[in-house]
Amino acid sequence: MPAEEVEVAISSDQDIVPARQKGRTMAIELGFSSGDATLIATAISELARNILSYARKGKIVLGRTQVASRVGIQVVASDKGPGIPDIGQALRDGYSTSGSLGLGLPGVRRLMDEFSITSQPGQGTTVVVKKWRQ
Amino acid sequence: MMAKRDSGSQVAGTRNNQGENLAGTEASSELLRELVAHLRQNRTQLREEWVSRIAETRLLTAMTKEEIFAEATSVYDSYVEALETETFEALQAYARNLSERIIPRGVETHEVVGIVLLLRDVLARSLFAKYQTDFKKLNRILDAYEPAANRIANTVAISFVQERERVIRQQQEAIRELSTPVLQVRERLLILPIIGVIDPQRARQLTEQLLRGIRTNRAKVVVIDITGVAAMDATVANHLVQTVEASRLLGATVIVTGLSPEIAQTLVTIGVDLGKMNTVGDLQGGIEQAERLLGYKVVPSAEPR
Amino acid sequence: MEVPILKQGEFLIATFQAALSDADLNHLRIGLTQQVVRFRSRGVIVDVTAMDVMDSFASRTLREIAHIIRLRGAETVIVGIQPEVAFAMVQLGLTLEGVATALDLEEGLAYLNEKFKTTD
Repeated sequence: MPAEEVEVAISSDQDIVPARQKGRTMAIELGFSSGDATLIATAISELARNILSYARKGKIVLGRTQVASRVGIQVVASDKGPGIPDIGQALRDGYSTSGSLGLGLPGVRRLMDEFSITSQPGQGTTVVVKKWRQ
Repeated sequence: MMAKRDSGSQVAGTRNNQGENLAGTEASSELLRELVAHLRQNRTQLREEWVSRIAETRLLTAMTKEEIFAEATSVYDSYVEALETETFEALQAYARNLSERIIPRGVETHEVVGIVLLLRDVLARSLFAKYQTDFKKLNRILDAYEPAANRIANTVAISFVQERERVIRQQQEAIRELSTPVLQVRERLLILPIIGVIDPQRARQLTEQLLRGIRTNRAKVVVIDITGVAAMDATVANHLVQTVEASRLLGATVIVTGLSPEIAQTLVTIGVDLGKMNTVGDLQGGIEQAERLLGYKVVPSAEPR
Repeated sequence: MEVPILKQGEFLIATFQAALSDADLNHLRIGLTQQVVRFRSRGVIVDVTAMDVMDSFASRTLREIAHIIRLRGAETVIVGIQPEVAFAMVQLGLTLEGVATALDLEEGLAYLNEKFKTTD
């Protein structure tokens, strides 16, 4: 039986690949298709990068989630960095995630089924995303 | 007449949980051994009793008498072994294996749960019969037996249900694959005709199928025909754009045919530069352009001298 | 992990082995540029068949590699992007715009040969 929750510290770019591979493994164990597991791993990769770019360190917690009979995976990416001053703007940044043009949050939102973010300047940021198994 | 025992069934939480009212785990392990010995000694008789009760309650009608007997033997032995070793991995593995075999036969969850509970009852009754003269001992034996028996029932039922869910998901996926055709028309050329109403989920599924098709068929050109699509909302229009982009990443060029003025407008609204998208009026024209891109000469029927 | 770079005639072929760290990608960029100059290669194929996730950093690095190599007078083709990875990429808006792509090594070589046939 897979562990209920896995926590991965993100403090250098060497933590990115292990974090997303753990995500892929958990997704497969939860019964997600390979394609969905790729989407989940990609989202984790981007969230980990955001943490490194904007807060230099933080953590990602992966876990199983369930509502009624729907089973899914939940990813919580949190840091105690400077926070995002204008969340609305960050979410509006359009499709491009290349270069320093933004956090790629709209992209992460497209990859997953549910997305929520809380951020306070000076207090850090927490992004919670979920994907439901088909 | 024996007083009816209040069984307050507790599922064993840990491997060594023997129930609460015992003088010590030493005693309960011994009891379990005694119990297992009894079940082994009376194996033939108890198994037959179980099988006839299965027939009585009309469970497993999808299987023949011989099959039921064969499986019953394996289940009985696994059951007793789980009781003896107090470990459940072997049982779990066996239950999954059994499920894999009987699910295609149409056996349902209530049947599997039913027969395991019947076995539990048949064994419990035989314990009542054996220890009826020693009420205290009977209680202790049941204290040892019940948590383990309940855990066994749980394990088997859950394994079956999980296997069933897996099979259902597989079947659903297969159905989805069948109902959205990606057609190989010529070498390196695929056509994806889209008809009717597309919701975001179907659009996504179409994209995934197309991309897999590009890889499998080594397609260099794909014609996506949306003549049969009446309208498209922004979300689905985005999916179309993503499909074109993703196909390119696999080295395939996409030609979109049958674009209605309404859909063209939707695309423009979401910011698509139609000048950059390869569009042709109708499917036939699209196929011809595709052939040209692939280097096929489009030859008129009579060659001029 | 080193990315092996093989020379095939006028072309170089770099094959990703598995998940590459950021450092690996940076080394690849430097290594490929050096080799292009050293062998005066006209084309580079980067085979990412083994890559199971392409994120924004990987995408950006590949585009930078293609750009630098073009400045050296050579052409880059990315091959082997898996269907699932391509799907995830476009969700993120990573389209590798401006960089040639092909299905696999065979198609990549065909593309480069075609390109240099017409410009010779």
